[in-house]
Amino acid sequence: MFHYTFHWNQAFQKLPQMLDGALVTVEIALASMVLGIVFAVLLTGARLSGWRTLSALATGWVEIARNTPALFQIYMAHFGLGSFGIHLSPFTSLLIGITFNNAGYLAENFRGALKAIPETQTRAGRSLGMTGVQAFGWIVLPQMLRISFLPMTNQMVWAVLMTSLGVTVGMNTDLYGVTQALNAISFRTFELFAIAAAIFYAITKIITFGARLLAARLFRY
Amino acid sequence: MIEIEKVRKSFGQLEVLKGIDLTVKNGEVVTIIGGSGSGKSTLLTCINGLEPIDSGSIKVDGQDVHDKRTNLNKLREKIGIVFQQWNAFPHLTVLENVTLAPRKVLKMSKAEAEEIAVRQLRHVGLGEKLSTYPGRLSGGQQQRMAIARALAMSPEYMLFDEVTSALDPQLVGEVLDTLRMLASEGMTMICVTHEMKFAREVSDRVAFFHKGVMAEIAPPEELFGAPKTAELQQFLAATH
Repeated sequence: MFHYTFHWNQAFQKLPQMLDGALVTVEIALASMVLGIVFAVLLTGARLSGWRTLSALATGWVEIARNTPALFQIYMAHFGLGSFGIHLSPFTSLLIGITFNNAGYLAENFRGALKAIPETQTRAGRSLGMTGVQAFGWIVLPQMLRISFLPMTNQMVWAVLMTSLGVTVGMNTDLYGVTQALNAISFRTFELFAIAAAIFYAITKIITFGARLLAARLFRY
Repeated sequence: MIEIEKVRKSFGQLEVLKGIDLTVKNGEVVTIIGGSGSGKSTLLTCINGLEPIDSGSIKVDGQDVHDKRTNLNKLREKIGIVFQQWNAFPHLTVLENVTLAPRKVLKMSKAEAEEIAVRQLRHVGLGEKLSTYPGRLSGGQQQRMAIARALAMSPEYMLFDEVTSALDPQLVGEVLDTLRMLASEGMTMICVTHEMKFAREVSDRVAFFHKGVMAEIAPPEELFGAPKTAELQQFLAATH
């Protein structure tokens, strides 16, 4: 029916290189997640600030991040900025693109989580003499993070998978980029990409499992 | 001393406080009774500045609560308030609920704050529940925790806003006992309550609010024994 001889051995010999690539993938995903959370908190703050321009800008960010392809966002970070003479490395563009996407999605999650926390919690904190910032930081924020924990885990998984889009802006050191490069010289297409998929799968499984352990430790209430 | 003078307050079109005058001396227990919507709870939240007032003044130890120059956070350290909905912090244990403000606001060390918190929690009968999360406590226990949380700041004044209204009837007693204890220890208290028997027992004076006006104020035996206004007579007849 088909004439394809599997050469798994050949492909598996490339495993060390692919695992190095996986490390870069995890690195980008983690960094984009940490930065994404920071920006998401800022975006959430901006949207609730009541300051119109700031709030509109933040809403614009969230809308674009959630309603356009991630590929477009990464492309813009590389070639879009490139048109204005801002030339970033593939690594940086990919990181910016995914961070932009993460921040948009997380900001929306955070906003929903905040709505779920009664105003009276802040009031109780203020009545104990806390400043607004203290009440937010010690009472509201921890509860918000708990409510957003599952969506955050999903976003982290999504960030790992999004790194594969980096290949379109010339990224060749991440798992997908490395696999693509190896394929170009060895033509073991099926084997290499099957191994890459298995590694992606393993990474995301480790993330969800780790998240569950972390949740059990952090949220005992 | 808490001095309330000619306080007016509206929510939109609705005027809920129509010129309230009330002075509460140190060590005094004043309870406020009255129908819902009579402005009792609003007055309490105005006393610690959680709600602004439209006119008049509220002074606590001579300091004007609603003066822009007043540091409200500082002032609130000496005015504890407990709400109808106890507002436990669900992500913190009972002990952490009580130590949070002393540590973050009064900048106490963990050990120092815990010592005070444990003492207050034992005081309200929760000494066995220190590492429990509020979600596992009954309403009455959560409310007593909220009282301990306010007391841990060593307030000079305590405001209680219908603290038993959201509780199952069988849990009301334990919370009222806690309030009785505080009253007997000489705490200056203003309690908004629907518990007439309690008001009669602990109060030095009872105030009756009706439609945003303080219609009567007198020692309990006088107020309950010989109500002067028709509104209070009706109110008492309805609540008995």
